[in-house]
Amino acid sequence: MSCELTQSVLHGYLDGELDAARAADFERHLISCPQCASALETQETLRTSIQQAGLYERAPSTLRRKIESQYGVPAAVTPMRVKAGVRPSSWQWLAVAAALFLAVFLGWRLIPGLGANRAQVELASAIVDAHLRSLQPGHLEDVVSTDQHTVKPWFDGKVNFAPPVRDFAGDGFPLEGGRLDVVEGREVAVLVYGRRKHVINVFVWPMSEADTSPQSGSQLGYNWISWRKAGMEMYAVSDVSPADLDALRKLLSE
Amino acid sequence: MSPGGEGEELDVLDSQERERFEQLVLPHLDAAFNLARWILRGRNDAEDVAQEAMLRAFRFFRGFHGGDVRAWLLQIVRNSCYTWLEKNRPMELNTEFDEELYPQPGVTPESLAIAGDNRERLTRALEGLPPRSREVLVLRELEGCSYKEIAAITSMPIGTVMSALARARQRLERALTQANPVRNQEANREL
Repeated sequence: MSCELTQSVLHGYLDGELDAARAADFERHLISCPQCASALETQETLRTSIQQAGLYERAPSTLRRKIESQYGVPAAVTPMRVKAGVRPSSWQWLAVAAALFLAVFLGWRLIPGLGANRAQVELASAIVDAHLRSLQPGHLEDVVSTDQHTVKPWFDGKVNFAPPVRDFAGDGFPLEGGRLDVVEGREVAVLVYGRRKHVINVFVWPMSEADTSPQSGSQLGYNWISWRKAGMEMYAVSDVSPADLDALRKLLSE
Repeated sequence: MSPGGEGEELDVLDSQERERFEQLVLPHLDAAFNLARWILRGRNDAEDVAQEAMLRAFRFFRGFHGGDVRAWLLQIVRNSCYTWLEKNRPMELNTEFDEELYPQPGVTPESLAIAGDNRERLTRALEGLPPRSREVLVLRELEGCSYKEIAAITSMPIGTVMSALARARQRLERALTQANPVRNQEANREL
């Protein structure tokens, strides 16, 4: 009556953890085992419920500030290097000065609302808005294909640059399509990836500045991560975890 | 900036390493907090323990030589949570899921969809599971960890991750449909 695979292999299949041969075996088994077929449907429903319920709880901003001020590159590091009661020698002062300079420089780069960062926050809002727009029915993709060889040529002649179109289905980020969008008056290419029933939009446009390390943030409950690489600026936005976004960034940067 | 001794104590990483710590570890603060919140079942305790775990991570960071930084951090968070539970709420570590209390309800996708369509009910059902069932579900479904990562974080042999998840999911299913008053009037008989 009861099939033992329901409590074992079915879960490996559901989680994409079986190798190709075992997955194919299980798919054959599903055809002839109503119990597993129904249990799989139940499990998929459960997973959807969990993911749609928004159970992920982000660190409160009080904690984030505390941690960043304690362990991040310090905003005003230095006095702690100078031991009390010991007169600092001149090279130490030099180090202090260098560290202060670094701290001010990093502060200027990292503290929201300062310098270049304000523009970035505005840009991130525009990107999150565009992400929300794309989730309206019928707005997500102009070209629907999981085949990078279909999506890539589709962009030819529509934008005057070549966005890096690659499928990462093997890494859990299947390519689902692409579209054109306009963000802050600039024409951008958008690559659409799936992540376990969630949508990730990757906005791409050309720029001439140097590569940067990733910056990330969240707005309205959506996470974004941005980086510059090889003449392209990219923003990935989604409701998946920041770690997932970072994983996709790494794949796209390879 | 920082008062006396505390600064001295924390000053174990040079600025280059601090920068590496900031770039590699701090992006996973949400993951750290989320795991602590679900193991401890409360935001306030999670905030304290996540903070303590970050301190430990900071101290151990020299010993981290590449690899999966999220799994490395979450392992520290998890250990901090269990240490905290042992000290403050040891009873919880021994809670077993009473299969008798949750008879197999003959779950259908429809009944589950109705029951799961409620954040509060899902939260309650999840919090009702023993911590070790809860953590694998959180790592898999909320954090999107692979079996390999779950094994590393929980110090479980990789071969048992699948069955641990199977058990946890079955328990969640039961707790969820059992706590559904539409399907089961007996749920009103609260303890």
